[in-house]
Amino acid sequence: MLAAAKMIHSLFLVNASGDIFLEKHWKSVVSRSVCDYFFEALERATEPENVPPVIPTPHHFLINVLRHRIYFVAVIQSEVPPLFVIEFLHRVVDTFQDYFGVCSEAAIKDNVVVVYELLEEMLDNGFPLATESNILKELIKPPTILRTVVNTITGSTNVGEQLPTGQLSVVPWRRTGVKYTNNEAYFDVVEEIDAIIDKSGSTITAEIQGVIDACVKLTGMPDLTLSFMNPRLLDDVSFHPCVRFKRWEAERILSFIPPDGNFRLLSYHVSSQNLVAIPVYVKHNISFREGSSQGRFELTLGPKQTMGKAVESVLVSSQLPRGVLNANLSPSQGTYTFDPVTKLLSWDVGKINPQKLPSLKGSVSLQTGASKPDENPTINIQFKIQQLAISGLKVNRLDMYGEKYKPFKGIKYMTKAGKFQVRT
Amino acid sequence: MLGMSANSVSYNEQSSVESGVDAAQENSSIPASSSGGLFSADYKKNEDLKEMLESSKESLKLEAMKRIVGLIAKGKNASELFPAVVKNVASKNIELKKLVYVYLVRYAEEQQDLALLSISTFQRALKDPNQLIRASALRVLSSIRVPIIVPIMMLSIKEASTDLSPYVRKTAAHAIQKLYSLDPDQKEHLIEVIEKLLKDKSTLVAGSVVMAFEEVCPDRIDLIHKNYRKLCNLLVDVEEWGQVVIIHMLTRYARTQFVSPWREDAVFDENSEKAFYDSEEERRVEQSKPYIMDPDHRLLLRNTKPLLQSRNTAVVMAVSQLYWHLAPTHELSIITKSLVRLLRSHREVQYIVLQNIATMSIQRKGMFEPFMKSFYVRSTDATHIKTLKLEILTNLANEANISTILREFQTYVKSQDKAFAAATIQAIGRCATNISEVTDTCLNGLVLLLSNRDETVVAESVVVIKKLLQTQPSQHSDIIKHMAKLFDNITVSMARASILWLMGEYCEHVPKIAPDVLRKMAKTFTSEEDIVKLQTVNLAAKLYLTNSKQTKLLTQYILNLGKYDQSYDIRDRTRFIRQLIVPNEKSGALSKYARRILMAPKPAPVLQSAFKDRDRFQLGTLSHSLNSQANGYLELSDWPAVAPDQSVRIVEVVEPVKEAGAPVFGKSKPGKSDEKFYSDSEEEEEEEEEGSSSEDSSSSSSEESESESESEENSDDSNKSSSSQSDSEKKKKTLKNKKLQQQKPDSKDRKQKNGSAVKGESRSESESASESSSSESSSESGSELDSDSDSGTDQKKNTRSKPVQSKPVTTQVEKKEVSLLDLDDFSPAAVTTPKSSILSPSLLSDLQGLSISPTASALQASSPVFVPETSRELLHRMTGKGLSAQYRFTRQPCIYGNSMVSLQLTLSNSSDQALENIHISEKSSTGQNIHRFNAIERLEPQASVTVSMGVDFNDSTQAANFQLCTKEDEFSVSIQPAVGELLLPITMSEADFTKEQSKLVGMNESSATITMTPENVSSQSVNRKVVSVANLGVIPSSQENIHRFAGKTVSSGCLVLVSVALKDPDAVITINTENTVMASMLLRQFKTALTNSGP
Repeated sequence: MLAAAKMIHSLFLVNASGDIFLEKHWKSVVSRSVCDYFFEALERATEPENVPPVIPTPHHFLINVLRHRIYFVAVIQSEVPPLFVIEFLHRVVDTFQDYFGVCSEAAIKDNVVVVYELLEEMLDNGFPLATESNILKELIKPPTILRTVVNTITGSTNVGEQLPTGQLSVVPWRRTGVKYTNNEAYFDVVEEIDAIIDKSGSTITAEIQGVIDACVKLTGMPDLTLSFMNPRLLDDVSFHPCVRFKRWEAERILSFIPPDGNFRLLSYHVSSQNLVAIPVYVKHNISFREGSSQGRFELTLGPKQTMGKAVESVLVSSQLPRGVLNANLSPSQGTYTFDPVTKLLSWDVGKINPQKLPSLKGSVSLQTGASKPDENPTINIQFKIQQLAISGLKVNRLDMYGEKYKPFKGIKYMTKAGKFQVRT
Repeated sequence: MLGMSANSVSYNEQSSVESGVDAAQENSSIPASSSGGLFSADYKKNEDLKEMLESSKESLKLEAMKRIVGLIAKGKNASELFPAVVKNVASKNIELKKLVYVYLVRYAEEQQDLALLSISTFQRALKDPNQLIRASALRVLSSIRVPIIVPIMMLSIKEASTDLSPYVRKTAAHAIQKLYSLDPDQKEHLIEVIEKLLKDKSTLVAGSVVMAFEEVCPDRIDLIHKNYRKLCNLLVDVEEWGQVVIIHMLTRYARTQFVSPWREDAVFDENSEKAFYDSEEERRVEQSKPYIMDPDHRLLLRNTKPLLQSRNTAVVMAVSQLYWHLAPTHELSIITKSLVRLLRSHREVQYIVLQNIATMSIQRKGMFEPFMKSFYVRSTDATHIKTLKLEILTNLANEANISTILREFQTYVKSQDKAFAAATIQAIGRCATNISEVTDTCLNGLVLLLSNRDETVVAESVVVIKKLLQTQPSQHSDIIKHMAKLFDNITVSMARASILWLMGEYCEHVPKIAPDVLRKMAKTFTSEEDIVKLQTVNLAAKLYLTNSKQTKLLTQYILNLGKYDQSYDIRDRTRFIRQLIVPNEKSGALSKYARRILMAPKPAPVLQSAFKDRDRFQLGTLSHSLNSQANGYLELSDWPAVAPDQSVRIVEVVEPVKEAGAPVFGKSKPGKSDEKFYSDSEEEEEEEEEGSSSEDSSSSSSEESESESESEENSDDSNKSSSSQSDSEKKKKTLKNKKLQQQKPDSKDRKQKNGSAVKGESRSESESASESSSSESSSESGSELDSDSDSGTDQKKNTRSKPVQSKPVTTQVEKKEVSLLDLDDFSPAAVTTPKSSILSPSLLSDLQGLSISPTASALQASSPVFVPETSRELLHRMTGKGLSAQYRFTRQPCIYGNSMVSLQLTLSNSSDQALENIHISEKSSTGQNIHRFNAIERLEPQASVTVSMGVDFNDSTQAANFQLCTKEDEFSVSIQPAVGELLLPITMSEADFTKEQSKLVGMNESSATITMTPENVSSQSVNRKVVSVANLGVIPSSQENIHRFAGKTVSSGCLVLVSVALKDPDAVITINTENTVMASMLLRQFKTALTNSGP
């Protein structure tokens, strides 16, 4: 019987132009020619996102994720839950981002040794070993400019001198012996609104996805509790492993020993069963006429239900129909660009002034002879509202036990557009 | 170089042994490509790398190793440096050592002899006092794929598996798999180690050893028995990757050890739950019951449940599939929310989760129906995500939501992504076959699409229409005619072929057109595609048989053309057809049956989901994702008929699980956190249950208290009023409970009413409503509020209301047949259009938007903003002799008739016998027009079924009374609608709203000022409260302090406009509508809702 090697066999990183720029094998080597099947799929796909995540080949399976315009292609030989691999690959990307600031081809190439060291620790024989950022950072120090300079002079190393004690601990996510002179804990409540708005301006579906991202720099082994004014709002939650599930179930209080540094404490969902406030509205008049080579294009944005807060960093983008040749528009504020190749219109609006609503008006020219587009374009909107959690979620208090000092605590709220679409 | 190529050859041989011929071919390209480079620059470079490695300076060595790792990463060959590198394996510098390990593991297989040099270093390290060094040595040693060291590895693994450190034991578990893939002959020895490690109580080891078990001996289920309970209890504390593996293994295990919880006689009341918590003795008593879940089975379900909250999507999916395959059906719903949550994750995660939901939604629509909107397609979704969402929406379609889904599909048909548009058309086709009520509407809509400009859309429409027409051809000759007309403009060959086939198949329905089409085809035959030619020959043959007078010559001409065609398929077919239809001496017996052969009735194609057969694979697996069995897939067995011995899982000594070598931390922690992070004790479950039940009870009790307090307040008034009513009551035969009803009229409201000039016939309607509600034996809380509206002073008018009522009922009967689906406009035009007409409005009018530029109508029906989940009781199981029924308002446009309110009925059988022939009796005691659900032939014990029905309440809150019948019994039931349910939401622009509002002033306007409770002031809560009271659409408003809502009454289509203007701390509610009775009822309900706190 042939041994069916489970889990991840090899990993190939492929850039946007279809070159393999890194490979790593955890078992015997699989030739990079296996990626030919992936390239075939890449060619067939009209958009980079359309490559199917799971590709079968005669003897292997390729599971890929696309992040930061890099495909992470894992080679699998036999049955394994596909989400297991996908989740792991995303964890790899997150780790790279955490280490190098960005996860780009250049950053990976520049830090190829660290990348290799990380991958070596993250998987053993294809099975995930250490994926917690705190443990990894104990094993392999993230590169900094200063450290690189020092290393070249002194010949010291990136690899931690200590052994990874965290792996043995009951709190594997927290490294031991943390010390800070300034003890601080910051929590960002970030909510994203996903919505589809129909032609007439009414909401077809809207829901809120929220996360609480934390940056905790506290000495020792602090034990924190975070409580909300209105925890019932949270419809469905998922936790960082540090959160004590039982206390949440019983008291709706988040109780946890935090990892050191940045981490996502909680993500939650406020379902469409509750009504979601929509902070912006769009007035639009986009029309193409049969036989004419010109089309009308008018957009006006305005705030609503913003609880008195300003709507900032507004960015409108829209994929215009293929028949559109060019756009001749004038924005009342901000700048717009139209790419005649991809037909992507984007308008960087900036802040919405309720007294003087931003608008974008003008005409679009169509290919002569081309028929009128079937559908009006969908408008995607991005925006930010500071100091507001649109669901109304409020943190009540944060307490610390287990340590004597008084930490500095901070909570920030923000609302953003998630997948916010207006059908026209 | 010679040595090198020899190495690569040996490497190839080895890998071919391991992973088959293909792998060898794949591998062969590596040395080929990289050896070319070695001759030139690389060769030199490697020379100086070698020098650097030989040097005595640590920093130079490290630099060299870093560059070598860079080479490996790029896929370049650096194997010739092996001797130089391997010398550094014992270096003191940790980073250097690690990099050497990386190199060693990569090339040891190719340089087996040299690799042996390093082994002794690892053997020494295996004895190191530091557990981490021991672990790391074992890790590298076991990764060196050199067959000669198999005995050494075996020995090291055995030793490590008894190490004191759990971390080393974990590493040993990993090493088992490595050794097994290197030498499968070691299986028996390895199983011994696995058996030992399975007993390990450390959470660190559990995941890794189960992984090894799955790899080496997944069939040795007997090894799990004794460790089953321990694994269940450890699960929450195992690291996330281990959780996935353990959950998958336990799913398989449970399917072999427990009996199916899906049996129909299963009992899931509290007793069986309790049985687990209670002592052993009690449980035995329970055994007499028909089905009781094995406590171990329950343990697994209970301990995996908290993991649905994991941040790791693979864990959530694993738990979901476990519930899907193991949990009793009524517990399945808890996984829905978590799966829907995963849809927010990365694109790839969405893809896998949607695939699994697609499979689930075929079998259990109900699970995902409330989350339908989460599957709406966004223009930015990747194509494969779009198609999957479409698949799920189609699976979820039922009578109640089809109108919403079709409206959504209309948007998709217009998509720029033509492949997606085509998929949508197929989906419409599937909805049409599955839901017979909308077949005609869909068909007509599809016919309109035939004039679309895009060929893919047209072609797909033709193909789908063809399939639909096959199900009921006789009624659709006009559609076939229409298609014949369009034939000249259609160029896609598949579509042309489909039309030709339709002509031939149903040529008797279109006797005039078919020969003409054939004539046209004869002209263009030579330039057509093969598939079109084949169908032309078919058409010719069929026409020849049915109408030979007109088509004989044409047929012969076409057969002659076919005879000399270039394609042998067509020549073949022509020859065959000629022999079959043209009688001559040689043709023999067959031609006698030509007509029966060619014109045989063909079974209609079944349009079904592509995910139909995927349920043969375990959910969440790669095989499920690919819909083909992947190498190493382990089949999920069927439930055993009789449970195997339970005692195998009993472990004699149950020790408290404690982590070995866990550091003690947090001495000063508060008491609570000293416990485990995730407690696996029973308390948790209990608390959970308490939590949820208290939630329920608190909400319901608050409702109760509200109404109670109200009645207390009003008790004085009501006494007075009841006395004043006494005269009027005498005039009628009053029912006793009428008094109860009238005990609490809202005095304030009455004053208002008396003050206002509005009276007349509208009042009489509300009166009749109250009458019916009072005749109800048990009125629910909602009805009390409604019936308040009648002040009782004008009951004499009641008699007048009767004839008024009967009129609309008769017209309704006519209407009912007419429009099966009216999505957007409920205009009277819909009433007059005959059913079979191609150009009936409805979906049609929307699809027309495809060709004509979209003109936004002022009033558009929209989907409900909020659909309450709560259902009310229609029939209690005690009164219903086991049959219980609940109803809820779906707030969707009713597909049975324009003026009907659509209702969803859940019937359950709580008796121990099957109930047969459940239906609504033909005679209804009150005048309403009711669309009955189709009789349910048989409802098994403990089963429940959801059906939809429509009731025309005639815009009044009068209850609909009818008889719910089974084979043996009849039960009188009544449905009393809350006034807010008699509305349908519409959307319009703000300008239109104000315009309409200005038309409805004077006596059509009623308003009230209320003082808001502080928590209601936010716009969100105002919106929420209003739409939960009444089915209204939210109108976008540019003023932040004014909220606007619009709807129309279901029966008369009367506009209802509501606006709430906030003036801190007061709020003015204004309702503009012609139906003033409804306005006053609504007003009261809004007042109550907005002045009360609470959710």
